Amino acid sequence: MGGANSSVELLWAWSGPLGWGALSTIGIAVLAYAFGLLGGLAGAMGKLYGNNSLKTALGWYTTIVRSLPELLLIIVLYYLVSDLINQALAVFGRPPIRINGFLAAVVVLGFVQGAYHTEVIRGAIQAIPIGQVEAATAFGMSPWLRFRRVILPAMLPNALPGLGNLWLNVTKDSSLVFVVGYSELISTAKQAAGSATTKHYFLFFSLAAAVYLLISLFSMWGFSKIEKRVRFGQPKEQS
Amino acid sequence: MPVLGLVWTLLVGLVVAAVSGKIFVELYAWAKNPEQLEFSSQLNMNWPRFIFAVAFTMVFFIAAANGILGASRSADWSWFANYFTQLVHGLYLTILLLVISVFFGFLMAVPIGLVQVTGPRPLAWLAKGFCTIIRGTPLLVQLWLLYYGLGSFFPQFPGLRDSFLWPVLIDGFYYAILALTLSFAGYEGEIMRGAFLGVPKGELEAARAFGMSPFTMLRRVWLPRAFRIVLPTLGGEVIAQLKSTPLASTVTVLDLYGVAGKIKSNTLRTYEPLIMVAIVYFILVFFLNRIIHAVERQVPQRR
Repeated sequence: MGGANSSVELLWAWSGPLGWGALSTIGIAVLAYAFGLLGGLAGAMGKLYGNNSLKTALGWYTTIVRSLPELLLIIVLYYLVSDLINQALAVFGRPPIRINGFLAAVVVLGFVQGAYHTEVIRGAIQAIPIGQVEAATAFGMSPWLRFRRVILPAMLPNALPGLGNLWLNVTKDSSLVFVVGYSELISTAKQAAGSATTKHYFLFFSLAAAVYLLISLFSMWGFSKIEKRVRFGQPKEQS
Repeated sequence: MPVLGLVWTLLVGLVVAAVSGKIFVELYAWAKNPEQLEFSSQLNMNWPRFIFAVAFTMVFFIAAANGILGASRSADWSWFANYFTQLVHGLYLTILLLVISVFFGFLMAVPIGLVQVTGPRPLAWLAKGFCTIIRGTPLLVQLWLLYYGLGSFFPQFPGLRDSFLWPVLIDGFYYAILALTLSFAGYEGEIMRGAFLGVPKGELEAARAFGMSPFTMLRRVWLPRAFRIVLPTLGGEVIAQLKSTPLASTVTVLDLYGVAGKIKSNTLRTYEPLIMVAIVYFILVFFLNRIIHAVERQVPQRR
């Protein structure tokens, strides 16, 4: 048996890689979320105001992505993206490269998040009373001004609960990128736990769980603050 | 073990029989009256269009896969016959994981939701903490914590290795079931809390005024009303649960996704097995959606 002393030493020895893993988890989540948010905004605009073929294409995108397991999507998209890049490189006569794991994780998770964001934002925009948007048009606002001054502020309170859930999902889903061989928090924890002769799986996975829990609790608190701010002046919901 | 296996087989057999029976009845009705395209039945679906959609999806995916593989390599599906039985068994395990974890998870979610509304306080805090931890950490961490963490304690006990429990304790399947059940209970428990709160006060007061005991009130009024409130979100949760089942493959369970991974490493084909499995998941979600809609239509939605 190792005893308390050796597990403390083990934790200390692995604190650097674990901290780095936690940072890269947060980095992947933030970038993928930003990527998904932009994609979702564009997707929602396309679904609401685009022409028919764009609407059909976006419909396939959201339906397929949202009905497949994230684990499966991440691995398929990882191979797809790296294959496409390497084929493009081959066209220019360059040798194939190994895709950076961090970048691949961000792109793939962002693509998946984009589908969910599209649906959340589309729903939120559709929940705006149509008269408000029409009034903005009647005042002669340009589409961009109308978006910035009317649609965005009116849509945010509707969208925020959904957007908050998606943020919590992406922090948790970032743990799945271990399948493409990038070592973020949880795969580092597994490595650390398996490294010692006395396997400290319980210790290291509890630690990883605690880090995720802290991130979640902190973000929930943050999102409730933001929601309070964007709902300023609105009548309180009962319940 | 054989008894357990028999029970699982019966459970899944029932589901499969119900679905395939429904398909048979629909096809029969269609054969009798082909002009009528919309069928007025519980599983209200346009079968010719559905079959077309599935066929189109498969052709689309396969064509896309072939297109991506392009000139360098061509798609190869020759492994399919060799792995067919394993794929079917993987599908069986996936459905088993889903059905068992949703069933027991929901059974756990009802008291977890209830004590958060009624108390006693310590139990409410316990339930609240459970939901927060489950919802705040990735399922992957929970699963590995159970499988690697809990699993690494068992070899310390000398008698355990020879006991009848040992095959269960080293099988990743049971850890996956446990983790998925706890996860569903956590997510659903939080939703049930909201549903119990959402039942109008007047209905509960009316029940009390009729002289119902607390348990009768729960059984006859509170729980049915809460269930009706929770039903629309339950469908989404079940589909989310299906999408979580592939995580079981990380603890050596050969579910649908696990079999695809095995084919991938055995045959060195990347896209074909993954796309094959993706299509199966897509069809599964489609069917689940239909079943959920059929169940929702059984429950009157009048307020």
